[in-house]
Amino acid sequence: MIRTEEVLLNVGPQHPSTHGVFRLVLTLDGEVITNAEPVIGYLHRGTEKIAENLQFTQIIPYTDRMDYVSAMTNNYVLVHAVETMMGIEIPERAEYLRVLAMELNRVASHLLWWGTYILDFGATSPLLYAFREREMILNLLNELSGARLTFNYMRVGGVKWDAPEGWLEKVRDFVPYMRKMLDGYHQLVSGNEIFLSRTKNVGTYTKEDALNYSLSGVNLRSTGVKWDLRKDEPYSIYDRFDFDVVTRDGGDAFARYECRLAEIEESLKIIEQAVEQFPEEGPIMAKVPKIIKPPKGEAFVRIEGSRGEIGCYIASDGKKEPYRLKFRRPSFYNLQILPKLLKGQNISNLISILGAIDIVLGEVDG
Amino acid sequence: MSGDKDLERLKKEAVAKAKAEAAAKRKAKELAAQGASEEAPADKSSGDTADDLAKKKAEAVAKAKAAAAAKRKAKELAAQGANEEAPADESSGDTADDLAKKKAEAVAKAKAAAAAKRKAKELAEQGASEEAPADESSGDTVDDLAKKKAAAVAKAKAAAAAKRKAKELAEQGASEEAPADESSGDTVDELAKKKAAAVAKAKAAAAAKRKAMGQAEGGDEGDDLAKKKAAAVAKAKAAAAAKKKAAEGGSGSGDDAKAKAIAAAKAKAAAAARAKAGKGAATEEPTEPKQPSPNQKYLDKYVEIIKKHLGEEVLEDSYINNLSKDVPTLVAKREAYYKIAEFLKFNESLGFDYLSEIHGSDFETHMEVYAHLYSYKNKQSVALKVKLDREQPEIESVARLWAGADWPECEAYDLLGIRFTGHPNLRRIMLGEEWIGYPLRKDYEPYDVEV
Amino acid sequence: MVQDLLHSSPGLLNFGIFFLMALTFLFVILGFVTYAILAERKVLGFMQGRIGPNHLGGRWGLLQTVADVLKLLVKEDLIPKAADRPMFIIAPVIAFAPSFMVVATIPFTDKLQFADLNVGLLYYLAISGITVIGTLMAAWASNNKYSLLGGMRATAQMVSYEIPLVMSGLGIVLLTGSMNLNDIVAAQEASGWYILWQPIAFVVFFIAAMAELYRVPFDLAEAENELVAGFHTEYSGFRWAMFMLAEYVYMFAMASLMTVLFFGGWLPPFEFLSFIPGAVWFGLKFAVVTYILYWFRATFPRMRPDQLMEFAWKVLLPVALANIFLTALLKELLNIF
Repeated sequence: MIRTEEVLLNVGPQHPSTHGVFRLVLTLDGEVITNAEPVIGYLHRGTEKIAENLQFTQIIPYTDRMDYVSAMTNNYVLVHAVETMMGIEIPERAEYLRVLAMELNRVASHLLWWGTYILDFGATSPLLYAFREREMILNLLNELSGARLTFNYMRVGGVKWDAPEGWLEKVRDFVPYMRKMLDGYHQLVSGNEIFLSRTKNVGTYTKEDALNYSLSGVNLRSTGVKWDLRKDEPYSIYDRFDFDVVTRDGGDAFARYECRLAEIEESLKIIEQAVEQFPEEGPIMAKVPKIIKPPKGEAFVRIEGSRGEIGCYIASDGKKEPYRLKFRRPSFYNLQILPKLLKGQNISNLISILGAIDIVLGEVDG
Repeated sequence: MSGDKDLERLKKEAVAKAKAEAAAKRKAKELAAQGASEEAPADKSSGDTADDLAKKKAEAVAKAKAAAAAKRKAKELAAQGANEEAPADESSGDTADDLAKKKAEAVAKAKAAAAAKRKAKELAEQGASEEAPADESSGDTVDDLAKKKAAAVAKAKAAAAAKRKAKELAEQGASEEAPADESSGDTVDELAKKKAAAVAKAKAAAAAKRKAMGQAEGGDEGDDLAKKKAAAVAKAKAAAAAKKKAAEGGSGSGDDAKAKAIAAAKAKAAAAARAKAGKGAATEEPTEPKQPSPNQKYLDKYVEIIKKHLGEEVLEDSYINNLSKDVPTLVAKREAYYKIAEFLKFNESLGFDYLSEIHGSDFETHMEVYAHLYSYKNKQSVALKVKLDREQPEIESVARLWAGADWPECEAYDLLGIRFTGHPNLRRIMLGEEWIGYPLRKDYEPYDVEV
Repeated sequence: MVQDLLHSSPGLLNFGIFFLMALTFLFVILGFVTYAILAERKVLGFMQGRIGPNHLGGRWGLLQTVADVLKLLVKEDLIPKAADRPMFIIAPVIAFAPSFMVVATIPFTDKLQFADLNVGLLYYLAISGITVIGTLMAAWASNNKYSLLGGMRATAQMVSYEIPLVMSGLGIVLLTGSMNLNDIVAAQEASGWYILWQPIAFVVFFIAAMAELYRVPFDLAEAENELVAGFHTEYSGFRWAMFMLAEYVYMFAMASLMTVLFFGGWLPPFEFLSFIPGAVWFGLKFAVVTYILYWFRATFPRMRPDQLMEFAWKVLLPVALANIFLTALLKELLNIF
């Protein structure tokens, strides 16, 4: 009789496949996970507390640091919440700039995910291909906002900078290029037997689970729920664009993979249309008071970020600082299902499951 | 051991200190709150409304002539609207008339902000009291209407928003009145036409599309309306194109609409047209009679179902949160919170199967837990709030209903100290168990200032 | 030359000669490893749309690996407190030594060979199996859970893939009737390269060899995304360099072996090309095989351990066995060998 015992394995906080400072305490029986306990908070910076002492414009840079891979959408959710409270009408041109920025950022975010996800499986090349394209987007956003990652681009009432000369043409040229590259991605990875065997039927959950665990974004859509806030609760000017909400029925890691790549295509569609419709001139800022003071009361808005539903709750007492600011951070919610998915899985599946959820630790920890 | 004890003692001291400070602060707050509450009439929500209204009106008054003109126009239109509506409902027509007149007067009094405030309050009350016997929902209508009008005038720029609201009104009017009475359908048309004339600007493109989309379900009538509007706004080319696109978009010819939209967007007229239309819109915009939020009927439904099944006493308050995209908001009594949450999830006709967000807030007088729920079945949102005792913030956990509430509740516990009873694993998820104090509380003092 | 020495009487002079030759050979191999690593990085760079090392030693980065090795050698020698010290120290040696030993039997040309063994193929496979002991020792001695998991995986993988490797080699032994690598090459002169006669064996052998080498897609033992660095998580400095070295020397040996077994060793592809010396042909074929190894690394994701085991036992082994039968039939019926 062999005496066996379970092994406690600490994955993280510094571990290559946790994509940040995330810790998982695994109980292993051989290589099979019997229990998983996520430990988070290593990146908690108290954004919400800090924000209580800042004016709204000053808070925007803090939102950049939440989901630092997709900072534009975070920028937007805050200004959108304030604008909703104050009933500010945004100039046409600013709306288009916002949409372009957000969609470009979404593509960049999905690209980063794609690269790192395949890298988790040990294939190094896709990461570099993804970064090559992402670099182009970052350059575009850099020209627009002056920053490559933490853009701090949007303001209550509009955007900070207008598009520079020739920027739109660059964006226009980028779209067909990206489409071509996307085909290459599919050829390189999507049909790879090893990749398929590692993602198909791995980390599967049902639609009911997804709703129950408050999953959002691709994690929800991969179970067949046709739900995208851009389409179903249109904000900004998303109702002007013709795009599809991508869903898959599998509910497994591969379904999420497919959804994300297809979503890049949809974002490209939006970018294309936005460039076509882009108003040639006009203001980029609405007339807003110098000091932004939302009316007394509270508001909760939600938008479709790159990883799911980003929400922003503001309770205002009519002062220039928020009384209480709270972000609904999609990664934080999406990560909750992880222990359930990991139970009984091989330790190698840990990375395909965790990777497919697509978390950004800055967002998980707030 | 002794080290531990020391730590314990320090902790206690820190807590005591924090508490003392909190008490002091709270007292100050209470004093202030008392002042406020004295002002507030018995009914809190209506008090708030009136208050807000008054404030906005004061602003509006300061904005002088443009506003005054707008009011006058508003009155006219309201009167006209009332006349047309008269056959349908005599008493409500009168009310609207009265109301418009009074408002005009109030505005005319320019500088006397205080007077305006008083009047506004009276007006709101009067409006409410007059209508109450006749019809409850229409009473609310007028109330809301008044409020919205004030807001619109206050901000000439908010024209488009107002328009959208008016549009909703038209829509609702159409859908509600059409089956009952043919003539009222005409009313809606009339109204739409006027509106179209008013908003001759490119900015409206999106709104128009949205409207057309909304009216697609309204059938022929909606189509007609959109068409008429499109004709009316021939002045600004861009806007016209966009609108046509919208109308067609409603009837389903996508490509054409797209091409037109592109043309529209390209038209350089946009900026100029907007600037020009700005003033016109500002003056005519408020002429639209305001309507209650389109979500009012959902709120009424929720409240009715909840009260029917769980009793009259479970809800502390319920209202439409206008600041938050008109989300129906329910404020549960502390004891009934879990029951209501459970009911919201499992009731057939409510079916809120998705918890979008749950968090706590410290309002110094009390703690509050705010949950935003969504029903994928009915495509409807609701916000559920509950107020907690600040000294003993404790509430049932809803993690058993929505597994997604697990971590957010931990977060609220960690940062605010709200205890969720029945939570599967309540822990300090962000800061760790050894952290002292609850940072998101307003009276939080860091134990270690170095951190 | 070497063969004559082997038969000469033992003496201090002969020992000296042997020692010097071995040392020279070691440096040749180290030189190869140095530039194999550089080549790998350059090839990967080329495939991944980037440049690769280009700072040290001119624009080709020719001294990059030299600098890397130098850095590893001067690095502080770390031995974890909780590690099993003697085992921890000896493990890299055990892992490295066999990798060097197996090279002795590889015939680079008809003249350049260290030991012409009659059981060359068997010797190679047997000796290379020792490395796994070093791996397991390192894993155990590190007293680290990731190391242990990596060591377990490595052992299981090595043991599993050794079998298809041997089985696929058997087909060639059957055709040649000899395990002497020289004979195997010589036999290909008459019949043509064995990749033509043994394509199935080649595929199985190649896959199994990849697994033996712990290269993508079989690099589970050191899967950095799961197990940090697998069995050498706790190693650094020159001890880690030993593992690294062993890996690349094995790559050198395995590529050579494949050249010998399937590509006709030093033989030219066509008779009229025989004016080019055999060493060049060997080098060319060898380079192609190594290039394919690099190529795989740039394109494949990693397999999962359970799938890996399944693949070895349920796919490769039956195919290899079938190949033996097929070869036997071929030999019996066609009668050309």
